[in-house]
Order: sequence, then structure tokens, then C-alpha cells
Amino acid sequence: MSENNIERISGRAPDELRNVSIKAGVIKNADGSALIEFGKNKIIAAVFGPKEVHPKHMMVSNRAIIKCRYHMMPFSTDTRKRPNLSRREIEISKVIREAVQPAILMENYPRTAIEIYVEILQSDGGSRCAAINAASTALADAGINMRDLVAACAAGKVNGQVVLDVDDQEDKTGEADMPIAMLPNKDLITLFQLDGNLSKEEFDRALELAKIGCNKLYNLQKDALSEKYFNENNKKEDEE
Amino acid sequence: MKTNSIERKYVVPGDVVIEGDHNPIANVIKEGNKIISTKIGMAEIAYNGVKVIPLNGTYVPRTDDVVIGKVVEMNGFAWEVDINSWFFGILTGSAVFGRGFSSSKDSMQSQFKKGDCLVAKILSFDRTRDPLMSVSGPGLGKITEGEITHITSSKIPRVIGKKGAMIKLIEEHTNCHLTIGQNGAILLKGTEDGRLKAKSAIELIGNNAHLSDLNDRVISLISK
Repeated sequence: MSENNIERISGRAPDELRNVSIKAGVIKNADGSALIEFGKNKIIAAVFGPKEVHPKHMMVSNRAIIKCRYHMMPFSTDTRKRPNLSRREIEISKVIREAVQPAILMENYPRTAIEIYVEILQSDGGSRCAAINAASTALADAGINMRDLVAACAAGKVNGQVVLDVDDQEDKTGEADMPIAMLPNKDLITLFQLDGNLSKEEFDRALELAKIGCNKLYNLQKDALSEKYFNENNKKEDEE
Repeated sequence: MKTNSIERKYVVPGDVVIEGDHNPIANVIKEGNKIISTKIGMAEIAYNGVKVIPLNGTYVPRTDDVVIGKVVEMNGFAWEVDINSWFFGILTGSAVFGRGFSSSKDSMQSQFKKGDCLVAKILSFDRTRDPLMSVSGPGLGKITEGEITHITSSKIPRVIGKKGAMIKLIEEHTNCHLTIGQNGAILLKGTEDGRLKAKSAIELIGNNAHLSDLNDRVISLISK
């Protein structure tokens, strides 16, 4: 695979991620929050709760429920996006919810709701993966009991080549896009979508690449949390 | 000896604290022979088990906890008290007036009004009902003087210190009396100067709760 690589539009190597930076605790009013910059994506995730469930009939007596909203700002795309939730946003909200749900120890919070708000400030390809990374960091920042962090990354096929982390341009010209979310320590996949066609070999390679990408993102999430909680220099700045 | 030593390390959710046959105490889950942290915090491995002292999170009411809250709602039978948890604490009329309580005879307003702060004890809390509270007992009841400051509830053990060492230290140096609510609210009674000092000491603990030389830092701050 490594021989005769086809140049990617962005000039990245086939197994190279875009530049990613994550910062935890960016919003004061939320219980937990995170900002992720994933290539050109700029995404803020905020977590509230556990708190009382409204409307009350949605309450479940032996566990928490999770509410998730993925929303794109009107200025996040090239042409203005209408601010109401589109079909696509509703789908992604559901997908994010189901991707983070297996990580949360919901039985620890009976009769409560955990709310996740994801706002896309600027969008590029792969925003659902970036959003899952941000949401999981924000959940940990909120102090919610979790089995593991959730890391997400996409792989795909562009110009006949299997590549990691498909961006917007590649997504439009490429043959396949496969976003994956997983619990890295347990090696469990919580989100799996595949848009396009892949042969068996290509699929295996794409899955392998995506898992490597997820592990990199997992480490970035850990770094972001350590930066906020365990870094002494940081603490001193906060005091001032 | 290995049995007495306490190991500490920083963990985030999903981290393996330790492998082997250990007893999970708090904020950890056991999977196979691995102990996995479920919170951001400081893992402590002691002879009797493994726990993670969290650095953040919402207060979870427990029976017999003393908490400090504010009355936010009242009706003919009970007060609802904000104890910065998921649910409001419930203080029933009969818990204040005794068994002979009658909503037509006794005036609820005479005891607590909306906006009053109070020190109370959690009588019972489980997954089926909101936390029930009581104000009968020494040191409990309406707060008439002093100042309330807040800190993350998971850091309350650090404010108290080993066998109350930290709280004693602050009280001695500032001439303040501290009432600690397990929900993260702390009532300070004393002179204005002392209260300010105590407040800054608590803030320091809040910002540096994960450090081991906390005692020295607090001493150097309040003995200035």
C-alpha cells in the first residue's frame, strides 16, 4: 500500500490526520465543555447535567437518558445555512447520542437527563467524528462516570486509494467515506457508517486505518483533559 | 511494607488504574482483572482497595450528609431546597413542626421563606424519591449570619483534611467558624477580615486540590 501513493489534494500522506487540537472546559456556564479544531472544523460541545428530566414523561426510573443536539451555525458553511435543524442534523444528533451512550454509566444516574449540545462554528468534512470527540471530552469534563472516552475518526477511498480522515473536498470527489467511533481501551465500535463501495481488502485496510486514527484522537483527548486538570502552570493562570 | 503504602496517580475515564485482584471502592469499575477509572481524578491504591478521588462532578446526596441549601419553592406542606444536586431537597412541614403538623394551623412562612438559607441533614435518598431533609439537630436550621462560599463538592474532603486538620488550621488562623456542607457550600462565621482570608484559603484548595503540599500552601497563604 505504501508504494506508489497518489498525492492527496491536501498533500497529506494516506495515513495522516488533519491538524487536530482539543481544549477542555471552554464554557463557564456548562458543567463540561470542549472545543475541537479538526482541520477546518471548529466545533464546541457543551454538556449539562445530570439534571431533572423535562418533559417528565421521558424520565426512566432506573437510568439516565441522553439528549443530544448537533447544530450547524448559519455561518458555518459556504452559503448561509438556515438555522433550523435539518434532516441531516437530526440524523447526526441521533448518531452522536448512540455513539457516546455505551461509554456512559447511565445506571449511576437514575431519573436524570444528560444533555449534550454540539455547535458547529465552521464545518469541513468529518464533522460528526470531530463532534463525537468533542462530546466525549466534554462529558468527561462534566465529571460524568464513563467506562471509556469515545474517539472517532473517518477513513475512506479517494482516487482508488484508501486514506485516513477524509476532508470535505475528498468526500465530494472520493468513492467512499467511513466514519467510525470506538471505545479505544475496549476496542469496541460504537458508530459505524459507510457511504460508498469498498472491496473486502479495501474495507479491512480502511478499518485498520480508522482505528489508528481513533487511537491518536484518544490520546489528544487525554492530553486536553490532563492539560486542564493536572497542569500546575495552568492553575496559576486561572487564579489570577 | 507494601500493605500500608498508598500509591497515587492521575487518571481520566477509561484508564487502567491497576491490574490484578483489587477491591473497587469508588469511581472505578472492575472488568476482568483490570480496575478502570470512570472519572477524572486522583487514583488511590490502598491495601483495602482502589478508588478515584474525582476532581469534578455534581453532588450526589447521601444519607446523613450535612448540606447547606437555599429555599427556592414552598407550598402548604413542604419546602424545596436547592442543594446543587440533580434534585431539590425536600423539607416537609412535619420535619420542622413535628408530628402534630397541620397545614392549616401552622404557618410555614414563620419558619422558612423563599430565599432563606439553611443547614440541613439528608434523611433519606434513593433512586425512587427526591432527597428528604431534616433540620432538627445541633447546628442545623436557618442561617441568620455569616457568608456562604462554594467549592466543587468532590473537593470537600480536602477542605476538611485528615481528621479535620485543614479545617482546624483555617479556623485557628482566621478566627472564623466554618460549617461545611457536603454539597460544596461552606458557611463562614467571623470577622470580615477573617472571612476574606478563609475564603481565599478555600479558593486555593479548590484550585490545587490535587497537589500533595496543600497544607503548606494554605499555611503560607493565611499566615501572611
